[in-house]
Amino acid sequence: MASASKKWVLGIVVLAFVVPLLQPVLPDVVSDYRLFLVSTMIIASIAVLGLNLLTGFNGQFSLGHGAFYAVGAYTAAVLMDQLNVPYWATIPAAAIVCFIVGYLFGLPALKLEGHYLALATFALALAVPQILKYKWLEGLTGGVQGIVLMKPEVPFGLPLTEDQWLYYFCLIVMVVLFWAAANMLNSRSGRAMMAIRDQYMAADTMGIDTALYKTVTFGISAAYTGIAGALSASAIAFVAPDSFNIFLSIKFLIGLVVGGIGSLTGSVIGGIFYVLVDNSAQALSQFVKNDLGLPFDLSAYTVFGVLLIAIIYLMPMGIAGGVAMAWRKMRSAR
Amino acid sequence: MEQFLQQIASGLANGAIYACVALALVMIYVSTDHINFAQGEMAMFSTYISWQLMTWGLSFWAAFVLAVAISFLMGVLIERLILRPLHNAPVLSIIVVFIGLLAIFNSVAGAIWSYLIKEYPSPFPKSSFGIAGVIGPHQLGVVMVTLIVLGLLFIFFRYTPLGLAMRAAAQNPQMARLVGVRVDWMLALGWGLAASVGAVAGIMVAHIVYLDPNMMAGILLYAFASALVGGISNPAGAVAGGFIVGILENMVAYAGNQIEKATGVYIIGNGEKLTVALIIVIFVLTVKPAGLFGRVVVKRV
Repeated sequence: MASASKKWVLGIVVLAFVVPLLQPVLPDVVSDYRLFLVSTMIIASIAVLGLNLLTGFNGQFSLGHGAFYAVGAYTAAVLMDQLNVPYWATIPAAAIVCFIVGYLFGLPALKLEGHYLALATFALALAVPQILKYKWLEGLTGGVQGIVLMKPEVPFGLPLTEDQWLYYFCLIVMVVLFWAAANMLNSRSGRAMMAIRDQYMAADTMGIDTALYKTVTFGISAAYTGIAGALSASAIAFVAPDSFNIFLSIKFLIGLVVGGIGSLTGSVIGGIFYVLVDNSAQALSQFVKNDLGLPFDLSAYTVFGVLLIAIIYLMPMGIAGGVAMAWRKMRSAR
Repeated sequence: MEQFLQQIASGLANGAIYACVALALVMIYVSTDHINFAQGEMAMFSTYISWQLMTWGLSFWAAFVLAVAISFLMGVLIERLILRPLHNAPVLSIIVVFIGLLAIFNSVAGAIWSYLIKEYPSPFPKSSFGIAGVIGPHQLGVVMVTLIVLGLLFIFFRYTPLGLAMRAAAQNPQMARLVGVRVDWMLALGWGLAASVGAVAGIMVAHIVYLDPNMMAGILLYAFASALVGGISNPAGAVAGGFIVGILENMVAYAGNQIEKATGVYIIGNGEKLTVALIIVIFVLTVKPAGLFGRVVVKRV
């Protein structure tokens, strides 16, 4: 990363840490609800980053990352519910469990490419809610009912509200994870991952252990998405099998495609974007019905679907890629 | 014993549905190398169209024919308008577009007809159809209708000039173009036919699974499993795969039921149907990607 963009990133992170402190000054702008919304955006960007590590940087497709999100969320929920593990300790636990699950799924995925890998992961995404309801797991997972949890409490007697603390907690996790991802991608391993994406055969010939890199990338990717799942379990304080359906995986795909495939900044944009659309679906629907006068219940997924197709046509590099290209054009025109 | 036969019969009826959807998938795969993730949602949409036509007063079979015809047009339009411009796009773009279509069909169906589950009538008379104790009237009807559709498709592809042209376009587009086949339009027609066959499957299964926007998700997964078991490059294989998987599905549930009865230990049942399909998909893809009857693809490096 160039030093100029490093300054920008640092500035944004500092700003993100300062914003909640403005609450006494601007109580309406920086409300607890808004902070909670931003927390869900942070969680979404981590999940999208996980998918991006796999698809964007390693060239393996997944339509089933909702599965790893579910594993992360359930790992956290079961640990908190059954063993009274504190919420912060569930994050590394979820990461480890998801890494193992992702690594194991990466083994058969080695033999699959392109459409077939998409097909296998699509099948995984469809089957997840049923697997979570499996009778033998009911004692742990609570079956169809799911598990109700407690919201994270503010530690050390800090003068913060629950939502403020959740926001800080998510932000810290996000900063650590993005920093780790940026460093990894900048290292020998990261270049090997991208070499496999760009020229599999050449990478293999150069002596890169392609099988190892692909499976480990699958594991890391699953771990990132799983951490997002664990955070979401703490944030929403509830998990239930039917919320981890195929449409969750489609949301991650939206985040990936809208933000930009193979871009760290794009993962953040994508995560923010899908949460925004999801949350404003009601308002959008009202707008279409009342202001445009169309007799149609617009849902978020219609917007998602149309956008997916439109972006493939108009901006195949996603928003991050499109902005970067426009920026470069502007610079060279000067 | 009677229960066993019943399970086989209902397996055949399910298998007929899977065979149709699998055939639709294979028809698109053979000609374009794309796996249509939106096939199930397209079939669901067609089923809603037929339901709408029936509520407007048409008889079942009139609505059936009209809905299948509309689906054909829908398939042709999707190919011409959305997929044609992406002819040489990377695989990921194609997959993303299919997922986009899936989301659009699902949410638009929900928006127009709501997510409430609806009953869907069966056209087969209860009294004169079926064999008591073995196969129900609707199940027998489903098997018959799908067999007729599959027979018509076979005749079309085997004995008509258009069918021949379509096969040529799928097998060797360049040569087909040289001898004057309009390959572009053949692909669009293939899409139309696939959408129609999917519509037949949707309309036939709606009485069993009830009508709602998510009704085809499980069926699509089983159709994927069927297509893979039969060999995704072989239409006849996909049909055979459909029946095999349909019977297998019910046998697994039956065996699980028997085990539970005998030992009291629950291992597997109706609640694990999608998991069974997932296992079939991953097993076939990793162990024998060509399926039972498929062509082994050798890639030149």
